[in-house]
Amino acid sequence: MCESEEGAPSGGRTRNIGARAPAEATPINSESTPASLRHRMKRGQKRDDKVEEGGGSVSGPGPGAPEVCKRLRRADSEEQQQEDGEVDWGQLPEEILLQIFQYLPLLDRAFASQVCRGWNQAFHMPELWRCFEFELNQPASSYLKATHPDLIKQIIKRHSNHLQYVSFKVDSSTESAEAACDILSQLVNCSLKTLGLISTARPSFMELPKSHFISALTVVFVNSKSLSSLKIDDTPVDDPSLKVLVANNSDTLKLLKMSSCPHVSPAGILCVADQCHGLRELALNYHLLSDDLLLALSSERHVHLEHLRIDVVSENPGQQFHSIKKSSWDAMVRHSPKFNLVMYFFLYEDEFGPFFRDEVPVTHLYFGRSVSKEVLGRVGLTCPRLVELVVCANGLRPLDEELIRIAERCKQLSAIGLGECEVSCSAFVEFVKMCGGRLSQLSIMEEVLVPDNKYGLDDIHWEVSKHLGRVWFPDMMPTW
Amino acid sequence: MVVNSVHWFRKGLRLHDNPALQEALNGADTVRCVYILDPWFAGSVNVGVNRWRFLLESLEDLDTSLRKLNSRLFVVRGQPTDVFPRLFKEWNVTRLTFEYDSEPYGKERDAAIIKMAQEYGVDTVVRNTHTLYNPDRIIEMNNHSPPLTFKRFQAIVNRLELPRKPLPTITQEQMARCHTQISDNHDDRYGVPSLEELGFRTQGDSSHVWKGGETEALERLNKHLDRKAWVANFERPRITAQSLFASPTGLSPYLRFGCLSCRVFYYNLRELYMKLRRRSSPPLSLFGQLLWREFFYTAGTNNPNFDRMEGNPICVQIPWDHNPEALAKWAEGRTGFPWIDAIMTQLRQEGWIHHLARHAVACFLTRGDLWISWESGMKVFEELLLDADWSVNAGSWMWLSCSAFFQQFFHCYCPVGFGRRTDPSGDYIRRYIPKLKDYPNRYIYEPWNAPESVQKAANCIVGVDYPKPMINHAESSRLNIERMKQVYQQLSHYRGLSLLASVPTIQEEAEPPMSDDSQASSSTTGQPSSPTPTGSTPPNSEPSTPNTSPTDGAPGAHAQRKRVRPSGFPSKQKSKVKHTIEAKGVEQKTDEKQ
Repeated sequence: MCESEEGAPSGGRTRNIGARAPAEATPINSESTPASLRHRMKRGQKRDDKVEEGGGSVSGPGPGAPEVCKRLRRADSEEQQQEDGEVDWGQLPEEILLQIFQYLPLLDRAFASQVCRGWNQAFHMPELWRCFEFELNQPASSYLKATHPDLIKQIIKRHSNHLQYVSFKVDSSTESAEAACDILSQLVNCSLKTLGLISTARPSFMELPKSHFISALTVVFVNSKSLSSLKIDDTPVDDPSLKVLVANNSDTLKLLKMSSCPHVSPAGILCVADQCHGLRELALNYHLLSDDLLLALSSERHVHLEHLRIDVVSENPGQQFHSIKKSSWDAMVRHSPKFNLVMYFFLYEDEFGPFFRDEVPVTHLYFGRSVSKEVLGRVGLTCPRLVELVVCANGLRPLDEELIRIAERCKQLSAIGLGECEVSCSAFVEFVKMCGGRLSQLSIMEEVLVPDNKYGLDDIHWEVSKHLGRVWFPDMMPTW
Repeated sequence: MVVNSVHWFRKGLRLHDNPALQEALNGADTVRCVYILDPWFAGSVNVGVNRWRFLLESLEDLDTSLRKLNSRLFVVRGQPTDVFPRLFKEWNVTRLTFEYDSEPYGKERDAAIIKMAQEYGVDTVVRNTHTLYNPDRIIEMNNHSPPLTFKRFQAIVNRLELPRKPLPTITQEQMARCHTQISDNHDDRYGVPSLEELGFRTQGDSSHVWKGGETEALERLNKHLDRKAWVANFERPRITAQSLFASPTGLSPYLRFGCLSCRVFYYNLRELYMKLRRRSSPPLSLFGQLLWREFFYTAGTNNPNFDRMEGNPICVQIPWDHNPEALAKWAEGRTGFPWIDAIMTQLRQEGWIHHLARHAVACFLTRGDLWISWESGMKVFEELLLDADWSVNAGSWMWLSCSAFFQQFFHCYCPVGFGRRTDPSGDYIRRYIPKLKDYPNRYIYEPWNAPESVQKAANCIVGVDYPKPMINHAESSRLNIERMKQVYQQLSHYRGLSLLASVPTIQEEAEPPMSDDSQASSSTTGQPSSPTPTGSTPPNSEPSTPNTSPTDGAPGAHAQRKRVRPSGFPSKQKSKVKHTIEAKGVEQKTDEKQ
């Protein structure tokens, strides 16, 4: 039963019809007889099979077998009915068409829209245009394809009022960032719920004239009135534009990501925290973090914060960082006992002075550059909520006592990754033994582990696996 | 019947452990050893002078060895498809032998030659010796797909019998039985060409470090084993400053050109281990270097797109930047990071760099700092690196750029700290960037941080005599980690493989039902679709481009995702779970854990 000849195990029947029919560029009308449709369908089928083969040799796991059977059975019966001339594809109820169209990629929907008037109308149903990702790439700066300008025009013309979830993926060229702003500034009659401006390579929004960017962005802020999620990392957004955001969307905003936005000041972000009481997730750079901000986020009117992400980046060597009072962190934890504090450090070793002096409720800690043994020692003392720890590099002295202290004090720790560090095999085994099965992730480069008189490299994976309760190996690098 | 053999050398430039050559000699009346080389082509292909020199030296060495056996090497100018018909006729050839080439390009070329030989009534004999194991065999044992993790690969190798024993070298007696007529003008017609003949200028670069040829390879093998025997330590040696310099016991270029048989290396190591340790059998880790090579050969053998991102099913599609200027700075050692520049200079001058150094520069070019495609880096290595095999080169680059093979990606090498850990004194940098030789150790990895007085005293002002760093590493690694996270989060099967991806974010309606649908589709709208109601299609919207199928847009993820999606139909179920090709590898990974 499963072995239907046409059994391209994916893409439903509808997809095949829709996707291939326009290859003949038939003008759109409803005169297509069932016979000609069937004819086209078969041709389409063939070509589709080829396509499937192309990607097929390398396929991931297809749909489960029963699923396929079911689908094929359904397909078979449709075929039968069609053979009997009972089904007029043009008469499919709109809801069913919509259901099907939702699973078709845009391109296939576009082809399908040329089959008949009904399908064409279905193509333009607002439900299908709520979400769109604009990919803006220039051939000179990206390997990836871009959303076609004609399609962009169409969307702005016919569907901009349907858009709700919009993102822009922009390559490293200024032209692409420019194009994104052009589109944004035309979204005047829509009410977005989410907006993401994503730089896929170098942050190109930063190269735009600030005023140009701001005016495009505020178009969305002013018109939307119900933004709930805003991702604007690496953009020249500034304090006044955040004010506009707050003035129009303070009731709905839940998520704000704005890491590395150099034109925002601590006062600017404070204004957001003061007004947007529904904010549940926030990402920003350390220089915007203040005691006032934490207190605002823990005020009674504010919902519980779920995630706070802080990037600590030094702009110039020897930079002095301010510190945050323990009482402010305490207020945060009291107000949002379950919140995740994710901190990324990209500092030189000598810039860690103000950090990890007092208890800090950090849950996820990432050290992107070398961090000293001493600082890691302080981490063990000051981070009782730590869940995940990544140390990319450390000096040449083994981290034995530091790790053991972390195992001792950080009772939630469940993931750790060590790059250019050193740990003696014995200390590492001890660490794993103390943490035990709760260590769900353990990524350790092979080079990290220094054999000692108790364990060599060949034994350690047994010993560690034993304590973890699952098979574990250190990560290996190719010797090339 | 008369048997006139031709043995065609490509890789495998040696007389020891050469089964295909043995087959050529077996019962033959005459035998000719041939190397085919197109001098016109030489200048145009992307292969640097060091690689050509190594090749020519290897050919010289072969010729010298063959002379001792009263034979010669025939270096024939031209392209194989043009050359062979001529040779078949001229020499009345009845048997053609060569070593098996597992790489897609090689397989295609050889299939054409075999067919041609058939037409001329020439028997062909092919033997697999460039790798320890037959890649097809490993694929077969892994349910007909190449293993995509090294662990998995090792597990399969563990189940295999030992590689075949190497054969002895060709003897005088064997050769004497099949005389080869050598004409007086042999040197003119078939001599090994000089670098000048290939169009290279070779003034002054006399002291090259790696001398090509089987003789040198075998000497190095002995030294290599002596050293191992002397330290009696088979653990991976700790990396020191000394490891960064070319070693007289290094073997990788010799394995690449087949001046040294990998089986000879394998069995010598094995015997030495067993002699010194008196243990029944050595651990796989003893053969690490050889096995990584096998791993990448196996992964590449059936994948003609193994050396590119597009159309490569095992390669994650990453939105790399095009930036020719930055690429050139990297390739020419002008990044302003002495550690990176020293490595690239060593690579250009000598053709070899330590594997950690490869990691450092590859990470810097791709996911670490410059965010430039690994393909560009691979091409530079292909030109400069003596041991760059197509499969190993592409595979390693994918590995290092986190494009395949499931490496954790959280770990970026620091272009300052990584070098300093390996060589705190900075002598390696002073050797390859003499301009910086008077910098104190403290600043040699980051001269831009040296006070002006120090820069003056060292006679090297940053920004004048040596470039300023081309990028702020802290900032770029922050950006790149974020980008990698973005890419990997879309492949939800990776969840749990990388630490950073497990950092949570809120799930709210911000993720609308059809989010991945629109992604998939808009990325393939390079060809305009024509959703116009009236049928008035925009110009050039010819739907007659069957290739607009989603499969060719973003060959990996998108197409795959779509294949699987329609099955479920639970429409509101969050499509966060995106099935991709990589799912396969992850399955393997979980397999291993069981």
